[in-house]
Amino acid sequence: MQIPYTLQFINLLAALLLLIAFAMLAQRRILSLINLFAWQGALLALSTFIVAYSTNQHHLYYSAGLTLLLKVILLPYLLHRLIHRLNVRWDVETLINIPTTMLVGIALVIFSFNLAAPISQLAEGITRGLIGIALACVLLSLLMMLTRRKAVSQVVAFLSLENGLFFAATSATQGMPLVVELGIALDVLVATFIFGVFFFQIRETFDSLDITHMEKLKDD
Amino acid sequence: MIDLQLLALLLIPLLGGGLLAVFGSRKWAAELNSLMSFFTFAASVVLTVRVVDSGPQVAFNEQFFIDQFNVFLVALTAFVAFTTSLFSRPYMRIEQHHGKLTTGMLHLYYSMYQLFTFAMLVALTTNNMGIVWVAMEAATLTTVLLVSLYRTPASLEAAWKYFILCGVGIALALFGTILLYFAAERVLGQGGTALLWTHLNQVKGDLEPTVLKLAFIFLLVGYGTKIGLVPLHSWLPDAHAEGPTPVSAVLSGLLLNVALCAVVRSKVLVDGSLGTHFAGNLMMGFGLLSVLVASFSLFRQKDIKRMFAYSSIEHMGLITFAFGMGGPVATFAGMLHMTVHSLTKSAIFFAVGHAVQKVGTQQMDSIRGLLQVSPTVGWGLALGTFAILGMPPFGVFASEFLIITTAMHEYPWATPILLVSLGVAFAAIFGKIQPIVFGETTAKPLPHSPALIPVFAHLLLVLMLGLYMPPYLADWYRQAAALLG
Repeated sequence: MQIPYTLQFINLLAALLLLIAFAMLAQRRILSLINLFAWQGALLALSTFIVAYSTNQHHLYYSAGLTLLLKVILLPYLLHRLIHRLNVRWDVETLINIPTTMLVGIALVIFSFNLAAPISQLAEGITRGLIGIALACVLLSLLMMLTRRKAVSQVVAFLSLENGLFFAATSATQGMPLVVELGIALDVLVATFIFGVFFFQIRETFDSLDITHMEKLKDD
Repeated sequence: MIDLQLLALLLIPLLGGGLLAVFGSRKWAAELNSLMSFFTFAASVVLTVRVVDSGPQVAFNEQFFIDQFNVFLVALTAFVAFTTSLFSRPYMRIEQHHGKLTTGMLHLYYSMYQLFTFAMLVALTTNNMGIVWVAMEAATLTTVLLVSLYRTPASLEAAWKYFILCGVGIALALFGTILLYFAAERVLGQGGTALLWTHLNQVKGDLEPTVLKLAFIFLLVGYGTKIGLVPLHSWLPDAHAEGPTPVSAVLSGLLLNVALCAVVRSKVLVDGSLGTHFAGNLMMGFGLLSVLVASFSLFRQKDIKRMFAYSSIEHMGLITFAFGMGGPVATFAGMLHMTVHSLTKSAIFFAVGHAVQKVGTQQMDSIRGLLQVSPTVGWGLALGTFAILGMPPFGVFASEFLIITTAMHEYPWATPILLVSLGVAFAAIFGKIQPIVFGETTAKPLPHSPALIPVFAHLLLVLMLGLYMPPYLADWYRQAAALLG
């Protein structure tokens, strides 16, 4: 059977998304991390656009545009400004055990493909194989949140988690209803602003953006 | 039609948020906050009467759906939000007097308080499972800056934990929602109706069971983080202990309920689709674990607000367990317990708030002899503690009794776990509160007189629910329980 070019292209983009998720897991420099996040957004917008084109769903064009605006332009711009004003632009994070993290990441990918297999079989349309990749991106972002000790990189992980979810929505269901997508986009934007406020409050109080300072609250 | 009433209910807090964003620094901001909350409460009463009289209804192109179950939560939310605003008026002034808050912080507090109410009401009334998610996230976002209001290292840490953990949790709930939409789309077709709960409820028998199973696990873990179910609860005691007390009261009394409402709605769909008790069993398991772990954690607590936060986890676990059992009696008991827990727990937080202001610390070892400092605060805390521990004749006793007797009938193995946990919780809380209320002290009086009317109003209602449940209310709760099955 001849696989249509659009599908091959979407599969390629999905593979690249997964690759970026791994790259983010291993990236130590905050500036590069934000750039990777912007690339992830760009791939997401492109894949949404192609799904929209091949399935002829008009609302997906809007959500592709929304992704481009929010995740490729606005959020990376805000993050760049933030790290500039916080003067952490060239910070390098010490990550321990990158090889182990990568191995755990691979295990997560296998796990999510297994978990998604029964759903993929039910899916119709051109994007059925991609739910596993979307779930893998979500879980890799979760892993990244666990391994990071800097507030900024945790937030980037949080935003890339949202990217994974968005990819799941376009690949599994060809997009949530537009009103829901708009609401989610608004929440993410507001969350980023609040994170920004937090960065300043945290630095003012702890003199650093390391969240290792924030492990004092205990039961006794 | 209920369009108008619903519009009023949602627009008043939104307008209040806007007004207080502009006028939040004025002297009368606290009064404006209470006034807007009162209007919201009035709107909720009108809406409740309409819905209880004429049954479930949809509004605004089916985007909103009100039945006896969620209108009960709407009324409860609006009422407690109103009384909390009354309490916070003198409370926040005293905090300002003590130099803990600036006018700018109060400004933020008042406008966020209204927006938080708005987000909760949207989450309760919307028919769209996607919008439920959006509103829950918005409720988190509005409270996260309130938890860090004091800008102390501890409050920042608590807020950051709250933000990250609930953000991750709720992201998983979004994945669950996506899966739900995926299953629904195959039956209802693409577009707007496939996430509407009323439509999903009609076709739940045709939805793909394997997908719904997976969806429910994600939804339960996601919203369960917000309910504070063990083992996803670690943000909850921190946020309750470090945030301002009015925020602890609304988080504990209201937000947890709203998250539970989303889980109950999902459970109705999933168990309807599977034809088994899968979702119910999961909820019972998480509920029991929460009751057990939380009640044993009570002993270790030294901070008074932390202790009552753990008590909230315990009670939310009990309610989740009750809804998990299902059936008219257990669901009725769950709703009753939601009501009395919200009223009692917020009353306790009000009393605790003033007690802490008097002594200047949350450490229980240092709070002594409340009855001597202020008999009303002391009695408020003592009676609230009696009520929350399930002493008759308070309403908590009635609902716990119903839950436990139903459990004895249906799931006898769960009864000892529940009884032991409740006993342990009793010993822990009573042992710690007794010297706080009675005992000797040297604390000074407060600069503003505390607001204790809300405390006693809540406790009186809880007492009334324990002694006599009005037929109108009983009938209303029965109808709601029948709807949930």
